[in-house]
Amino acid sequence: MKNPIDHLNKLFDSRVRLGIMSTLMVNADMNFNELKELLQITDGNLASHLKALEAQNIISVSKGFIGRKTNTMYRITKFGEKAFKAHLDALEKMIRATK
Amino acid sequence: MNQQQQSLETLQNIRSMMEQSSRFISLSGLSGISAGICALTGAAVSYDYVYGYKDYIINENVAIVQALAKDYSILLNTWLFWIAAATFLSALLSAFFFTWVKSRKQGIPLWGKTAKRLMINMCIPLLAGAIFIFRMLHFGTFGLVAPGCLIFYGLALINASKYTLPEVRYLGYAQLVLGIINLWFVGYGLYFWAAGFGILHIAYGVYMWWIYDRNA
Repeated sequence: MKNPIDHLNKLFDSRVRLGIMSTLMVNADMNFNELKELLQITDGNLASHLKALEAQNIISVSKGFIGRKTNTMYRITKFGEKAFKAHLDALEKMIRATK
Repeated sequence: MNQQQQSLETLQNIRSMMEQSSRFISLSGLSGISAGICALTGAAVSYDYVYGYKDYIINENVAIVQALAKDYSILLNTWLFWIAAATFLSALLSAFFFTWVKSRKQGIPLWGKTAKRLMINMCIPLLAGAIFIFRMLHFGTFGLVAPGCLIFYGLALINASKYTLPEVRYLGYAQLVLGIINLWFVGYGLYFWAAGFGILHIAYGVYMWWIYDRNA
């Protein structure tokens, strides 16, 4: 039997990234500050994780303005949704396999 | 570390993140209790006016009353209107206060995305209901005011429950059923109103406080 760990996506292998992904699964979009408040991490930490996910086309970024302040919105892409669901399936399989 | 244990923890983490980002979970049980007490007080104060032991018109000057009669502003000349307004305001403020305290403790911003979504979805049925009851008053159908309040409030809670603690849904069902029963007992509106907005709120608040806030 193939090792189920092989199906786990390395990209989602951190608490912060899991947080970003699960949030974007149930919200159409989230901005930077909302994510920051929810995950309670620093700007730099969050930004680097978001950049990594964006680079892999897992999430998409759009910049806008609220008044004069920039407002950066994040959405999950179709590809990202598929990848995250596959990751969840792999997690589920792993739990079943070790039962 | 055990692989299974780790995966389970990850799944739980995902689940709580999804919940936290889509539902407003700072609603305090104490808010329900305080709103219920306000409602019971309001009902007690208005009892004499509703059942005719006291005149509900504030200014007895007939000329003014007649001048206002064709206008909605006649409402402003009744004690009941001001009692209702004070009850509503004090219930809202006290409920808001305890929820604000809880959200501070949890470190969740009170006016975030989830709170906004909850407010909007709560307000749609409430506003429709308010307009409906307002028009009903215009036609003098006073007996249907209490059931109307209960029914629309119940619908608002059922609608809002998707965006906050899921137990709110059962409070909504209870208010709705009470309102519908009240339709066949017109004239006992104040009792039903007190039972719904007073006693049900307190019962719900105590239950929620026991489940969620007791140990916090």
